[in-house]
Amino acid sequence: MSDIAIHVDNLSKKYRIGRNQNEALHKPSPLRHLAHSMRYFLGAFFQPEETLWALKNVSFEVKQGDVLGVIGRNGSGKSTLLKLLSRVTEPTTGRAVIYGRVGALLEVGTGFHPELTGRENVFLSGAILGMKRAEIERKFDEIIAFSGIERFIDTPIKYYSSGMRVRLGFAVAAHLEPEVLLIDEVLAVGDAEFQQKCLGKMSQVATEGRTVLFVSHNMAAVQSLCNRGLYLQKGEVLVDGTISEAVKMYLKIIDEISQQEISERSDRSGLGNIRLVGVDITDQSHLTALTLITGEPAQFVFHLSHLEPNTVFEYLDFTICDLQGNPVAYFNSIDSSPEDQKSPELHDKVICWIHELPLLPGRYRINVGIKANGEMQDHVEAAAIFNVEQGRLRGRPIDNRSQRLGSVIFPHRWILPG
Amino acid sequence: MVENSLSRSATPSHHPHVTVIEATKGWISLGLKDIWEYRELLWLLIWREVRGMYRQTALGASWIFLRPVLNVVILTLVFGTFVKVPSDNLPYALFSLSALLPWGYFSNAVLRSAGSLVQNMEIISKVYFPRIIIAIAGVLSGLVDFAASFGIFLLFMLYFKVPIRIEILWLPGFILASMLLALTVGLWLSTLSVRFRDVSFAINFLLQAMMYLSPVIYPVNQVPEALRFFYRLNPMAGIIEGFRWSLLGIGSPPDITFWISMGLMFVAMLLGAFIFRRTERTIVDYL
Repeated sequence: MSDIAIHVDNLSKKYRIGRNQNEALHKPSPLRHLAHSMRYFLGAFFQPEETLWALKNVSFEVKQGDVLGVIGRNGSGKSTLLKLLSRVTEPTTGRAVIYGRVGALLEVGTGFHPELTGRENVFLSGAILGMKRAEIERKFDEIIAFSGIERFIDTPIKYYSSGMRVRLGFAVAAHLEPEVLLIDEVLAVGDAEFQQKCLGKMSQVATEGRTVLFVSHNMAAVQSLCNRGLYLQKGEVLVDGTISEAVKMYLKIIDEISQQEISERSDRSGLGNIRLVGVDITDQSHLTALTLITGEPAQFVFHLSHLEPNTVFEYLDFTICDLQGNPVAYFNSIDSSPEDQKSPELHDKVICWIHELPLLPGRYRINVGIKANGEMQDHVEAAAIFNVEQGRLRGRPIDNRSQRLGSVIFPHRWILPG
Repeated sequence: MVENSLSRSATPSHHPHVTVIEATKGWISLGLKDIWEYRELLWLLIWREVRGMYRQTALGASWIFLRPVLNVVILTLVFGTFVKVPSDNLPYALFSLSALLPWGYFSNAVLRSAGSLVQNMEIISKVYFPRIIIAIAGVLSGLVDFAASFGIFLLFMLYFKVPIRIEILWLPGFILASMLLALTVGLWLSTLSVRFRDVSFAINFLLQAMMYLSPVIYPVNQVPEALRFFYRLNPMAGIIEGFRWSLLGIGSPPDITFWISMGLMFVAMLLGAFIFRRTERTIVDYL
């Protein structure tokens, strides 16, 4: 028992929902606001509360030195779990015990004040994250060196670019030395080089034998960093095992979800005046094959719910991701080309045509977003999954040999000795 | 670099740091120990507030002196010269500044601490610390402005040739009383403002009403005798009287009504602190 770092026992968290939610979507007029708050005020006393269990009887243990990846889809409760363990909010019932100094990193640059200099903010943010002043002083030079912005350290950070802020913020956070580290997906920020640096720092933390709980969407990062996995679904633990078991479950669920009728899916975000109701992914020969061939034409057809005549359609974008969730390619109809067409006969369809599919054989999924009338209307993750089978790219055979790295292949030409 | 304190500790129960996370029940703890543990963060929050406050203004830190001076000039012009409000035979400027010291501090501190939870939502939703220190930081950071105003008051005393009296030794007590009063109101309002955002609109009105109900621009003896007892249950009335008595020698030393009002305030403060502590644990869910 002595090697337990985190012990979670039947942890549950209930949220009140319903009331006060529309407010975020529409900025109400002062009058409506007043009416709304009066209703809210009275409602606080009279209305039966609508509730949602964000976390239900979650139990698990983490041993010292384990790096636990917590995964799950949006709304699975993983962020709630992190909030409870970092004491940002309290559980409704249940109990968790953490043995060791806890450091929680839910955001980069927490507590930064724009009017203060980089130097002053290092102390501020450090203190907010739980470092003692002496500790920050001791590590100050190291922190600044890690951030790579020595030259601007005495400039107020309101003049920093967002990238610089992130660097400074992560540099402070990276020098926390807790025994138990709780991390949210803070790695999803910053440029690629800096992300690499952060990942490196994290795996260093992991190898130092500290316990890490890492909440993430990025299956590749989770798989490379973690040894244990926890898969949450609707607030409950579905898999508590090795990281590959958890990732496998994630992929299986994603697969199942993408089989569902898109119009019936509720796991989406956006205003909702326009919805994605269907996706057809076809090569030329089949109508709805969901199987494409490397090097052959491919067609992505997006069916939208009825467009009102006064709708200002702005763009449709989609991301092709590999099954680990790594983005492979991003397409946005707003980046227009002279080759694009507008067709009144299309009605409520948007088509993206790819002349020669440059994807390696494998399985991919797409996330789709629609923007219109100045608002994000719909966003569906894993709207569809498709397979790519081996084919020829400009006559060159592209099979699924295992040593092929990456996900894409370009049309290319060799010049060989001989 | 590697911290081996984990392997050194024998069993979890003997571990130096054990965090237990569960729903808090009951009303017992004020968590004063918790506040002490986070004192470094408290100082940094005060410092952040003070440093950040006047940074973006053209006149910078001069505002800290300008504000009380402008206030006195306007009050003296309107109430001392136009309306001719009695001022206990003292120069009106001195009379009003002696009240603006605690009042200005109080209203400033209330505004800061009452808005503190909503304004610091970003930190609160990402990191744990006893949230009460944010309200405390709001109250304490106002002392910097108070010190500046007090400096100006001393200049006024010099100018009007008013001697410093031995009763000034009471002043720290009255300052403490205004801090506690600001904390009391701040705690109540910040707790409420998280649940009901309307509070942030109500604060200005509340402060205005309270100013008229306190002897800031007029002396207490203008209040009808019959109402004076109830009037003086307002702790701010007693505090302002105390400031005038200890600095200028007008009025009388704290009497029983003053101590009753302090008692009421103290009860309200404890109650406010308990309610604050009780809501702070799940405050994020409402923000």
